[in-house]
Amino acid sequence: MVAAPFRYERVASFDEAVWALHERGEDAKVIAGGQSLVPMLNLRVARPEWLIDINPVGAGPIEDHGGYLRLPALTRHRAIEEAEVVWRRCPILAEAAAHVGNVRTRTRGTLGGSLAHADPAGELPCVAVALGAEVTVQGRDGAREVAVDDLLVSYLTTTLAADEVVAEVRVPTLRPRSGWSFLEMSRRSSDWMVVGVAALVELDAEGAVTAASATIGGVAERPWLVPAEALQDLLGEAPEQARLARVAERVAAMLDPDDDVHASGAYRQRLAAVLGRRALAEAAARARGNGRLAP
Amino acid sequence: MSDQSRQRVTLTVNGEYREAWVFPHESLLDLLRDAFGHHEVRYGCGEGVCGTCTVLVDGEPVSGCLLLAVQADGCSLVTVRGLAPAGELHPLQACFLRNGAAQCGFCTPGMLLTAWALLQHDPRPSRQRIRRELVGNLCRCTGYSKILDAVQEYAAHAAEQTGGHA
Repeated sequence: MVAAPFRYERVASFDEAVWALHERGEDAKVIAGGQSLVPMLNLRVARPEWLIDINPVGAGPIEDHGGYLRLPALTRHRAIEEAEVVWRRCPILAEAAAHVGNVRTRTRGTLGGSLAHADPAGELPCVAVALGAEVTVQGRDGAREVAVDDLLVSYLTTTLAADEVVAEVRVPTLRPRSGWSFLEMSRRSSDWMVVGVAALVELDAEGAVTAASATIGGVAERPWLVPAEALQDLLGEAPEQARLARVAERVAAMLDPDDDVHASGAYRQRLAAVLGRRALAEAAARARGNGRLAP
Repeated sequence: MSDQSRQRVTLTVNGEYREAWVFPHESLLDLLRDAFGHHEVRYGCGEGVCGTCTVLVDGEPVSGCLLLAVQADGCSLVTVRGLAPAGELHPLQACFLRNGAAQCGFCTPGMLLTAWALLQHDPRPSRQRIRRELVGNLCRCTGYSKILDAVQEYAAHAAEQTGGHA
């Protein structure tokens, strides 16, 4: 399997990338880490006429801005996985990055690329939706801010225009008394998730749930943020196993995943219930731990 | 530089300066095998899954089939032949031999390079860590346990030599 010929342009800034994309129109693709795109080129699933290589733009450091982390789009998964600031301020993001592919995927793959690629079984899109992350999108008329939830549409489909590029990602940090969990089932530990769940739970001083969210990957055309109503029974109550299980079963019943070569829809639904319960329980347990540590 | 014709890349392979003219769609793997004759870098899947084309690019393991040759311009590459001087075995290779960690040998260069990169970051990795790091290198002879044994033996030996605090 060898890629079909294409033309190649290196750009040194996102502005240059935008203009190159604008000139080439729909026949151009941006290449960042290339860990999803190049397999598609090698398999000839994608045959762009032009590749615009943004790697020379480079990635500055991951910055802690208090309420959020600022990550350049070209931040490699490996850099996220190894960043002390990410483990301290937003550990669920580091955990998700550590689950991406194999070590070579993480050496090259980028956060911005992963979000723009919009694979419904991707770990980082799932966690970005769970956290309410935002991206800065660079276009011809300047930059615009977009919630990742509004960026992702469907399989490999986003709201990015053909001449726009993701320049930066802002990820809210975890609040005090909050806990997190990211769990996934995959056939081998370097594979895409069959199903994955990102859960966030906040507790009050008495240990009752004040906020809970869950985002499920691998069960729909994009990561699915569970509607708040479906988790309402958790609020104001202690996160007991039986209650978590009941809520997770109810959430899973709302799903209608497709069958594919990796798993049947029914199996994915079952995984959503089991992983959902475990993720909510783990997030609640971590929230209790954080509550004790908080001043 | 933005056209379909060949572009010049200059890089080092195992410390040796090399240059070549490549088409943009040529992979680093193509360049290493076809132009430079580095047949120890092997084609397995072409999708970045199997790890047989692993190359260290500026010290980090990369799938040679997923990096465009033009993207390796200016980089420093190491293949398995670069681990030790010609005709000699690197101690990690010796550990592989002693432990029977190679059967057909097809995956071995990728295993060695991935393990070597890990050992640079973490000289005494746990078995769990080695397993996690090597998960993207497939061995179809099912020799995984012996490969883990070999890497662990190397790490333990290296630690002894540095007084147990490697």
